[in-house]
Formats: sequence, C-alpha cells, structure tokens
Amino acid sequence: MDALAPATTIDHGPSLRQRLAANGFDAVTLLVVPAAILSLLLFIYPFAFGFVLSFEPKAGGDWLANYRRFFSDAFLYETIAKTLWLAVPVTLLNLLLAVPVAFRVRLMRRQRLLTTILVLPITLGTVLVAEGLLNYLGPQGWFNRTLMTFGLISQPLKLVHNYWGVFASLLITGFPFTFLLTLSYVTGIDPALEQAAATLGANAWQRFRHVYLPLLMPGFAITFCLSFVQAFSVFPSAVLLGEPAGLTRVISIAAAQAAFEEYDYSMGSAIAMIMGFVQLGIVVAVLASRGLFYRGPASGAKG
Amino acid sequence: MIRDTTLGSKLWAAAVWVLVGFFILNLLAMIATVVTSSFATRWLGTWLPVGFTTRWYTSAWSEFQLWDVLIVTFQVVGAVVLISGALGVTAAYALARRDFPGKKLLVLLFLLPLLIPPITFGIPLATVLYQTGLAGTFWGVVAANLVPTVPFVILVMIPFIEQIDPKIEAAARVFGANTFKLFVHVLLPLLLPGILAALLLVLVRTIAMFELTFLVAGPTSQTLVVSLYYAVFAAGVRSVQSIDAMAVIYMVTTLVWLIIALRFVNPTQIVTRAKQQPAH
Repeated sequence: MDALAPATTIDHGPSLRQRLAANGFDAVTLLVVPAAILSLLLFIYPFAFGFVLSFEPKAGGDWLANYRRFFSDAFLYETIAKTLWLAVPVTLLNLLLAVPVAFRVRLMRRQRLLTTILVLPITLGTVLVAEGLLNYLGPQGWFNRTLMTFGLISQPLKLVHNYWGVFASLLITGFPFTFLLTLSYVTGIDPALEQAAATLGANAWQRFRHVYLPLLMPGFAITFCLSFVQAFSVFPSAVLLGEPAGLTRVISIAAAQAAFEEYDYSMGSAIAMIMGFVQLGIVVAVLASRGLFYRGPASGAKG
Repeated sequence: MIRDTTLGSKLWAAAVWVLVGFFILNLLAMIATVVTSSFATRWLGTWLPVGFTTRWYTSAWSEFQLWDVLIVTFQVVGAVVLISGALGVTAAYALARRDFPGKKLLVLLFLLPLLIPPITFGIPLATVLYQTGLAGTFWGVVAANLVPTVPFVILVMIPFIEQIDPKIEAAARVFGANTFKLFVHVLLPLLLPGILAALLLVLVRTIAMFELTFLVAGPTSQTLVVSLYYAVFAAGVRSVQSIDAMAVIYMVTTLVWLIIALRFVNPTQIVTRAKQQPAH
C-alpha cells in the first residue's frame, strides 16, 4: 500500500510528510476525516452528553437521583423485565425457526424470490407491520375468521392491544432479519466439510450436531445479539399493537415519555443509558460465552 | 450435494416448508388486508367488504396533507442519500486503501451506530438536537438520519473498493492525476454499481426509518412513516380505510424503490453484507 503514497523526492532525508505516509497517513487517509467528525458529533458526543446529563437531575437532588428514581419506581423499573419478557422469547424463537429454514434454503437454487419476500417486512418497517396486524389479527380480521371457519376456536382470540400483538409484530419483522443473517453464516461454510462427514457415514442430525453446529456457534451468537438488540428496542409496535400503559410498556416507551412528554431530558437520558447498558450486558454475556466454542477456519483447507 | 432419502428427513423437509409457507401466507395476508381495506366502502364482520371505492385515497390525500408530507420525505431522503454518499464513499476509500494506527478504533466508531438500535442513541441525540435548536427542522431530521446511513455506506463500499486493483490507480498517478482527478475519472466509473447499490439501500432504509425521524421531527419536517404512525396512533379520529389508504401510499413509495434496488443488490445485503460463497 505504501508504494501508492505520493512519491516526493528524497533530497533532504525523510520529511514529516514522508514519515507520516510511511505510517499510512497521507492525503488519502484524510478522506476519512469528514465521516469521522460526523460520527463523533452526532453519535459519540450525544452519547457522552446524555451520559453526563443523566447525572444532572432536572428536579435537583444528588447526581444519582435519576437512577435511584428509576430503580425505586415499579412503573419504571418493571419496564426492563417487560422488555426482556418480550425480547428474549421472540429472539430465541426467531433463531430456533431460522436455523432449520436456513439449512433447507441453502440447498435451493433460486433463493432470490424467497429472500425478496422475506425482505418485505424489514423494508416496510415496524409501523406498517403494526397497522397491518391491527387489521389482520383483530377480532374481525382474516386470521381469527379462518381459525373460526375451521372450527379451531369458537370465540375470536384477542391478539391485538396485548402482549401477543407485539410478539407477532416482532416475529414478522424479526424472523426475516434473523433468517437472512443465519443464511449468510450457513452458506459461508464450505459444503465440502459436510460432504466429508456424509462420506464417513454421518446422518443429517450427526452432520448438523458435530460439523455445522460447532462451526456456526459464533455466528449464532452474533445473530442472537443483533436480533436481541433489535427486539429489545421495540417501540412503535409496542405502542400501536400492545398496551403501552400496561403489559407492553417497554423501556423505550418509558424513555421517550420521560424525554418528550415530561420534557425531563435528564431522566430520558438516564433511561436511555439504562437501556443501552442492559443491551450491552446481554451482548457481552453472549459474546463471552462464545469463547467456549470452536473458533477457527470454516472452510475446507487443503492438506 | 447430499440427498437424504429417509422418511424422517423427508418429513422434516416438509415440516420446514410448511413453516415457511405459513409465515409467507400470514405476511401476504397482512399486506392484502391493508390493501383491501383501503378500497373498501364498508367492511364489518364479513370476509370481504360490501363494495369497493377509491375515494379513501382522495380523502387521505387531503386529510393527511400527503402532498406536503411526500415532498418533505423526498427532500429528507434526497439530502441523506447525497450527503451519506459523499462522506461514506470517501471514508470507505481511505479505510480500504490505507493502514494506519487507530484504524480499528475508527471502524468500531462506524460499526457502533449500525449495531446499536436507533431508539437507544436517538434519545440522547434528539436531546442534543433540541438544545441546539436543530430538532424540528429539516436539517435536524437529515442530521439524525445520517448517523446510521454514513457508516452503512462505508461498510457496504469497503469490499467494492477493495476489489479494484490498486495498479489501475497507480497507473493514473503515474500519468499525473491528483486524488480528485483519480476519483472522478478512474474510481467513480468503476465504483458506480457499488455506489448505486449502497445509495439505493440508504434510500429504502431512510424512507422506512421511523425512530430517529420520529424523535427529532417537528410538524413541518415529518416524513411519511412518521405521519402514518401518528395516524394509526390517533385511530378513531379518522376512518380506518383512510389510514389504510395512507399505508398503501407508503407501501408503494417504499416498494418502488425496493424493486429498483433489487435490480442491483442481493436481498440479503439489506440485512448483512457477508459475502456468500457460490455453492460447490
């Protein structure tokens, strides 16, 4: 790469510019500066600002007052449990469903149609999915109507404005996300490894259990983390499809309410920080357990 | 390819396909419900509405001031696409071509906004924007949307740039091209497919980006998805069909761009940028 650096004549020994270029700093490197400044200004600075602000309570009191209020008010601290109670089951279910489907789809020649259909809910976004599910899962919607026609239920199931409405919306937007991530990990593994196992007489379950699973475990851990973080930050569907004052009062609702309805930016930032730390905690725990699994090349090496 | 012919594996395969079919059926039925409802005259307690009409579209158009909302949406999206393209591609070039101390830290800085959900960093970001007076304005919405899109462009573009042989650039340098000329005459034409793909994905993502826009938008800087949220939130004030008509307009706006984008990108790129190996 260094050969590309603008070559200046070496008359007076290496200049500062040349020494910098030798370390990889030259005009080209500077191109990264605008984007870095933008990220620093609009991402790192607000985070730091919010972190500091969360220790300066609006109502006065000492620096921990916001956090003490959060953890002593059941209406606030219960949001963590409520959000986890939504996010963890949904993420596990999504991953559990995505793995067998990804293993089936990897054998398909024409994956594009399927992946295109699955990309739909991600592209349309949670607001539209919430609006659609309000109609579709409602007491007069097609879902309940079909179940009643088949005689599976006699009364329409209550599926919206409660836990299950949010659960369904997280499934519809979360499953494609989890699936496409899983698929990219599954197809990243050299099929020669599986063929070798099959040649040695391993059946499908043994091939999955002893060849794929150890190789895929790190990928699954990352997929779990990304899907979990998405589900944990559920917001529009918890408001529109759930009961935002009751069972699905998730932590993002509490944060948005504190900041933009009570205009207590300090409390809002405190809740956002708590939300970030819970996410970080789960992600770190999952990624730390990744060290327990095999890490190494996932391609069939020659020799 | 390995073919399993036992009964168990056939049943398993069938079960997996039933699962996929069930998911897709529900997804399409959900979308069909919205579309049907938007054309319905009266739809209560029956499989299909009593009659069909298009009047909800005209009423939604005027009730929700969709013309203004659409103009704002495309202005925001256009600004986000142009700025994130300019900043993202140049930064990606530097990251793809140079190794320098602190590069890993910088990559982490660009990865974080993509990994952390918008609502988590959106609240402190909106707080800062409110304090500087930018929130509620057009540029506030653009600034908030740039946070995830610039890193997105960078991460999509890095592999594209790495594919281009540095010798081509070296040749241009030999002939006396400076960095700007190199960009315009050599790199830009070679990178155009990649840039197009990245920017189309940014476009689709920005139209659908709810959280950040919701947190910083004011009454005059709402995009379509935020207006839709407020309409659904205040359901009961307007008729369901009117909201559904707006939802269909939103869907069409998004899907048109998705279809265009899919001509240039693999659908999986919308979620991941992991390279897929060709099946052996």
